[in-house]
Amino acid sequence: MNKELVDKIKANPDYQKLVKTRTAFAIKLSIAMLIVYFAFILTIAFEPSALAVPLSADTVTTIGIPIGMVIIVFAFVLTGIYTKRANGEFDDLTKKIKNAVKEN
Amino acid sequence: MNIINRVFLFLVLGTIAVFASGTIEGEIEKQALNVSAIVMFVIFVGATLGITYWAAKRTKSAKDFYTAGGGITGFQNGMAIAGDYMSAASFLGISGLVYLKGYDGLIYSIGFLVGWPIILFLIAEPLRNLGKYTFADVASYRLKQTPIRTLAAAGSIATVILYLIAQMVGAGKLIQLLFGLDYEVAVILVGVLMILYVTFGGMLATTWVQIVKAFLLLSGATFMAIAVMAHYDFSFGSLFAAAVDARNTGSLDVMSPGGLVSDPVSAISLAIALMFGTAGLPHILMRFFTVGDAKEARKSVFFATGFIGYFYILTFIIGFGAIVMVFKNPEYLDIAKQAISGGYPILGGKNMAAIHLSHAVGGDFFLGFISAVAFATILAVVSGLTLAGASAISHDLYASVFKKGKADGQAEMKVSKMATVALGIVAIMMGIAFEQQNIAFVVGLAFAIAASANFPILFLSMYWKNLTTRGAVIGGSLGLATAVILVILGPIVWVQILGNAEAIFPYKYPALFSVTVSFVSIWFFSITDSSYDAKAEREAFEAQYIRSQTGIGAEGASEH
Repeated sequence: MNKELVDKIKANPDYQKLVKTRTAFAIKLSIAMLIVYFAFILTIAFEPSALAVPLSADTVTTIGIPIGMVIIVFAFVLTGIYTKRANGEFDDLTKKIKNAVKEN
Repeated sequence: MNIINRVFLFLVLGTIAVFASGTIEGEIEKQALNVSAIVMFVIFVGATLGITYWAAKRTKSAKDFYTAGGGITGFQNGMAIAGDYMSAASFLGISGLVYLKGYDGLIYSIGFLVGWPIILFLIAEPLRNLGKYTFADVASYRLKQTPIRTLAAAGSIATVILYLIAQMVGAGKLIQLLFGLDYEVAVILVGVLMILYVTFGGMLATTWVQIVKAFLLLSGATFMAIAVMAHYDFSFGSLFAAAVDARNTGSLDVMSPGGLVSDPVSAISLAIALMFGTAGLPHILMRFFTVGDAKEARKSVFFATGFIGYFYILTFIIGFGAIVMVFKNPEYLDIAKQAISGGYPILGGKNMAAIHLSHAVGGDFFLGFISAVAFATILAVVSGLTLAGASAISHDLYASVFKKGKADGQAEMKVSKMATVALGIVAIMMGIAFEQQNIAFVVGLAFAIAASANFPILFLSMYWKNLTTRGAVIGGSLGLATAVILVILGPIVWVQILGNAEAIFPYKYPALFSVTVSFVSIWFFSITDSSYDAKAEREAFEAQYIRSQTGIGAEGASEH
């Protein structure tokens, strides 16, 4: 990729939009995952009894079980959210950038 | 093709012969003769050799060999990635951990899973857009080839060999227990089959073997989980109540966090090792080059995360199923061991919990199926590992460092096949050498190296403009060295293996420290690098970043 092409793509408003929105989106989702996971693992490190509370008086199932399951599902849902938006919106933008570069 | 034909015929017959002789030995050792397991395993081997034969005819160029021609779909690749991740160690190990400790097993599973979304958001797409065959392609994109490739290859080969040791020793012991084969015979059999899959079928065969195995493993585990739940009218509450009853300790200890992570440093360190380590495993990273474009790469992670998450929920149910159906069950009790140590030890140790459960819910036939699947799992995982290690040797060391990028594809592929054979032999020898060793540290060390050497270089090369060759080489090497040294000085190697009274480094997981060392020293030695080359490397970042974001230039790059 030569200097001219680099400058041209950098100046392309679609490229700027793609990088800005996707980076922000990826960071937001990463932070969401990290917060959920570290909240979980630090609870285990500092206050494990918080996860050992039974859901109700007549069951042995502790609150930690649904919380763990929800984290697994949460991780999967996050990948779904990202993939859906990236394969639609972001790929459309990428296509536009490629076409603009090809045209002249 | 004639030679290949003959080799296959020989191998199929050889496999049958080995098993035939193994069963005789099995009787001598008073192992239960597991006919259904052997039959199903032979069927699996036959089918995978068929796949290899089919793949061999389609594997002509280096691109075919390393990346299956780039024609794998997102769904298939997701399944294959999940297959790489669902090793026998995680199937038997995590269900065994749940069986023994209950909730702690779930903590472990979650740690293994949460790296995947991060890989998708930050790594998958730039990796696909910049790389060709190995992650070193990306790391060395704008840096100096020789030092970066050498370091990346060292990190890859170290990770691969450590992982291989764990898989080979696991395979030998498992097969010894399940089929009554000699340990050495089992290890050699795994090594030989793996060499055949990889050298003849390349990535295409390795991927399809992995897909078939992932499907079998998920089906088998689903059946077990449903069978367990059916006993309790599909009520988790009743299953857990029965498990607490069976343990009969008067407390809810299987339902709560136990001693797996007891202090914050260990908790964070384990989290970092699992998260960044996953993103630095060469055999996983390599899979992103088998799909056509970034779209399929994203889909791969989406499906992989789904399969892996589902699998971990299944192993959780299986572990609890084993608490109620295997624990204290006289059929699976190790009486000899009980006489010495008391309690209720099960035959073969806690990692056999899922295997015994398969017998409890499905009889001899299903036990055979799950045993065969467990063996198949090891075969598929060692094949993926070996291919990644061989690629580091042929593509990074031979073609890029030794031949300075001027090797032709056929010669490179030949070196790759030779490297596969060599790695296979190393794996067999290591498997035999480590039979009686405590290998509890090897997977942790593999993850620590991947997290401390491979990941920081890869990640910073993608996102940090100021990274220079000097920074990457010094920082990555320091990270690698720190990981190795801290594991040696830690509680497992220093105390349990070397027999010292107290560990010099008190934590089991070094990643928090070694990853920090790596990032800080890469940063420091990069920003203080004022050489002429460093300036050029920084200037090259923009073009690389555009390609990593858009894929422009990536389409034509796969063929120089």
